Amino acid sequence: MHAVYPLVLGALLFAIGLYGVLARRSAIAVLMAIELLLNAVTLNLVSFGAILRDQYGMGQIFTLFIITIAAAETGLGLAIVLLLYRQRATSDLGEQRELAEPVEPYDSDELLAVDEVEAGAAR
Amino acid sequence: MITVLALLASLLPAFGAAVTFAGGRDVRHVKFWSTAPVAAAFVLTLIVALDHGTGGTSVRGWTIGTAGDYSISVGARVSGLSALTAVLVAGVALCVQVFSASYLGGEPRYASYAALISLFTAAMLTVVYAPDLIVLLVGWEIMGACSYFLIGHYWEKPEARSASIKAFLMTKAGDVPFLFGIIALGVQAHSFQIFVVLQAAHNDVYDHPGWIAALLLCGVLGKSAQFPLHSWLPDAMAGPTPISALIHAATMVAAGIYVVALLYPIFALAPDVLIAMAVIAAITMCGAALCALAQTDVKKILAYSTVSQLAYMLGGLSVGGRSQAMYLLLVHGAFKALLFLAAGVVIHRVGSNELSAMGGLRFRMPITYGTMTIGLLALAGIPPFSGFFGKEGVLGAAFDASGEFAAPGKIVLTFGLITAGITAAYALRMWLGIFHGPFPDAPQEHEARVEAPQTELIPLILLAIPAAALGVVVLFGSDFSKALGGWYGESGSLLGSSAADLWPGGFTTLLSLLFALGFGTLVFLAWRRNPQADPAVTLLGPARGLLLNGFYFDRVIALALVRPTRAAARLVAYLDTNVLDAYVRGSGVGARGLGTMLRRLQTGSVQFYLTCLFLGVVIMAAVYAYVGTVS
Repeated sequence: MHAVYPLVLGALLFAIGLYGVLARRSAIAVLMAIELLLNAVTLNLVSFGAILRDQYGMGQIFTLFIITIAAAETGLGLAIVLLLYRQRATSDLGEQRELAEPVEPYDSDELLAVDEVEAGAAR
Repeated sequence: MITVLALLASLLPAFGAAVTFAGGRDVRHVKFWSTAPVAAAFVLTLIVALDHGTGGTSVRGWTIGTAGDYSISVGARVSGLSALTAVLVAGVALCVQVFSASYLGGEPRYASYAALISLFTAAMLTVVYAPDLIVLLVGWEIMGACSYFLIGHYWEKPEARSASIKAFLMTKAGDVPFLFGIIALGVQAHSFQIFVVLQAAHNDVYDHPGWIAALLLCGVLGKSAQFPLHSWLPDAMAGPTPISALIHAATMVAAGIYVVALLYPIFALAPDVLIAMAVIAAITMCGAALCALAQTDVKKILAYSTVSQLAYMLGGLSVGGRSQAMYLLLVHGAFKALLFLAAGVVIHRVGSNELSAMGGLRFRMPITYGTMTIGLLALAGIPPFSGFFGKEGVLGAAFDASGEFAAPGKIVLTFGLITAGITAAYALRMWLGIFHGPFPDAPQEHEARVEAPQTELIPLILLAIPAAALGVVVLFGSDFSKALGGWYGESGSLLGSSAADLWPGGFTTLLSLLFALGFGTLVFLAWRRNPQADPAVTLLGPARGLLLNGFYFDRVIALALVRPTRAAARLVAYLDTNVLDAYVRGSGVGARGLGTMLRRLQTGSVQFYLTCLFLGVVIMAAVYAYVGTVS
């Protein structure tokens, strides 16, 4: 089998996963997309292990690790999503904006006024 | 020996000032420690002057440090000139301290006032006895500072505050060129010692002596209140009257004249400066005398009279009459201090400075009347009072001037004669206005006497004696000039026949007496017609307003200097707030604006952040790949 098939398949999987992570709103869908990303990576690891004829089988060992970690990660992620839903009655990621920096209107006129007040206090 | 006494004389009042300050508010303590050191200093200056006689110059200095290549020494230098001037300074200061003890003794700020007078006396004696130009400058500036504080003694009055600032600024305007002049002298003579400086003038080592003399003259104009730096002196009358007597009649303003006489060889090297000096003296003496004729405030009459008389001395110096000018300085110090103190007595009794509030006081205040009459006669130049001989000396010197002094001589003679007439006129007007005619409030002339307390009258009488009798000096002909010593501080006995004779000459005496008589008669006739009216109103007519305001000189200054300076200050303030600060503010506003823009990227959407991260990685990878292929 030519090496390009698994690699292209991996790239496609990664692209789909990336799209899912970046564009989907549903938290569950994002978790699934992350799984896709991980799977794309494991596919690459296994393919390169075969292509390079790795006698220690490092690619396969890593793949096993990643599968384990992915399972744990999914469990953790699902727990978070569950908590999120319980608290906010939604799992839409587009509505979770608590990290946003509040943009208050603070233009140059106001700055001038502040300067004058400070200058007056200094005087 | 006499140098040590002289140094002691200049240090004693400073010590007295320190003790007075330290002693607090106990009036008896203040009175003793302000009067006794000055009295001791007066005795010392008398001993120094008598011991010195017609000797040359004794100098003793202790080097206290170096300034670059030059060493500065404190000590004393006694020449005939400084010995005689010191007697005047200490004498007037003593009279003023005694007078103030009762005149201002009850006032709350008397302690600081008395201490400042003592400090001022010490500074003036330092100037007089200075062996070194730098020490002289130190005394000169301390005097300026004391003058500032004393003019502003009544600091709760706005005019006193502005007058003190005006006096300080105007004298400083002259002091800055003066400092440069001193530096030029010292650097070119390679020493600031006065005898070295004078010796250098003798050997003609100075480059551009005219510029040096002009720079020095600026300081003299400021200190001695000559045109165009004269207008601080009339305003300085906002201070207490004894201060006017001490500072603004007899000592501080005399310091300028003294310095010209001290450094006379340098001025003699510069004929152009002598002519400028004569022109300034002519403008000042005539203008100030006219202003004095129009004033209604007694103290301002005396202030303008002081300006006019100082111009007389400066005129005398510009025509080579060094001894005559110094003689006038001494007699003027005596009679002007007397006049100011007497005016102070009158003002206290009447309760007003205005001439219109006075009149008919000759029966109520007989002793003040008598002493002030002597002072005014001396001021007007009526023989045989001292002022007559002083004035005649200057006019005679102007008449006899020859060589490089001939041109200034003509100027000074012309204006001096006119001024002699006007002086007699305003002296007569003041005398009539204060002591004759009806008292404005009480028509009966023979009311109870309101004479001042004895402690105030004693200084008046003590000052009246020299004011009346100092003229006897001229009987000895050239002896005064010999006691004064030569230009370079050499012994007077070496001068021989070149010593100036103070005996009044025939022609100028006749002319000046005629002028005085003529102008005096005019005033008297105007007064006779209506004793209650001011003779100046009828005599001066429409010009009175102009003269009352001192030729509107303050407005000219305001227009030429004050307003441009204020406008420039406003411009600088505008540039500062709106241009310089704009950059500072702009950097702040810019940083905040950029921050606001960046803040808009912080949407809170984790997916957006991840997208950016991914794009960044892609770009970095692309760049890395591109750079890798290129290299």
